Amino acid sequence: MLLNQYLILAAVLFCIGVYGVLARRHAVLVLMSVELMLNAVNVNLVAFSVHLREISGQVFALFVITVAAAEVGVGLAIVLLIYRNMASPYLDRVDSMKG
Amino acid sequence: MGPQNVAFGVIAASMVLAAVRVVTTRNVVHAALYLVVVLGGVAGLYVLLAAEFVAWAQVLIYIGAILVLLLFGIMLTRAPLHASSELDNDQRWAAAIVSLGLVGLLVGLLADTFGRQRVRPAQVFGGGELADSIFNDFLVPFEVVSMLLLAALIGAVVLARRDD
Repeated sequence: MLLNQYLILAAVLFCIGVYGVLARRHAVLVLMSVELMLNAVNVNLVAFSVHLREISGQVFALFVITVAAAEVGVGLAIVLLIYRNMASPYLDRVDSMKG
Repeated sequence: MGPQNVAFGVIAASMVLAAVRVVTTRNVVHAALYLVVVLGGVAGLYVLLAAEFVAWAQVLIYIGAILVLLLFGIMLTRAPLHASSELDNDQRWAAAIVSLGLVGLLVGLLADTFGRQRVRPAQVFGGGELADSIFNDFLVPFEVVSMLLLAALIGAVVLARRDD
């Protein structure tokens, strides 16, 4: 298998995630797009770990998974607060600091 | 073309299709279910790369925990459970141009840099080797991550509770 198979697939997934973050306005969907991007990075880390015969890439992938879990927990708490205060989960309604 | 390449092709095609549906579908719950396909495909890629512990962690944490959290988020914010055209904002075309440009740039750079280098999963890195590495070389980062998880747990509780 070519190393580039994995790297290019991860690049495509990352860019789909970028599109999602930019184009979605529901907060939970933006969080899902962020998960897509984090997964693309993890594929890169594991592919390089196998390519270089070096285990630290997989350890880093585990750390990224843990940080993603923490991020989703806090992110959803924030989304709930926004929903409770603004009565809407749409991110473009959160514009009270707009000049 | 070996069986590994065939498996990779099937997994990659289904992952890309499902990922595109995650960011374009008009139904929030469908987006979460398509995300399951993407996350399961990533776990399949880890198996192909002989990274079995990371594959199990992916299934347990992402599909088991994070996805359930996301579904809770959908339900608690009373998202429209039917098809809705309000999920996208009006910068869809700009976003498509940005991401297509980024994918062109990255694919060009990767093809230029790594050419035809091969990846050969020679040995299976199981839980034992990973534990050796984590508890010898990465002990301090591991403790930092556990503190981070604790802080995120307390933070989420403090943010989400009602003060009445």
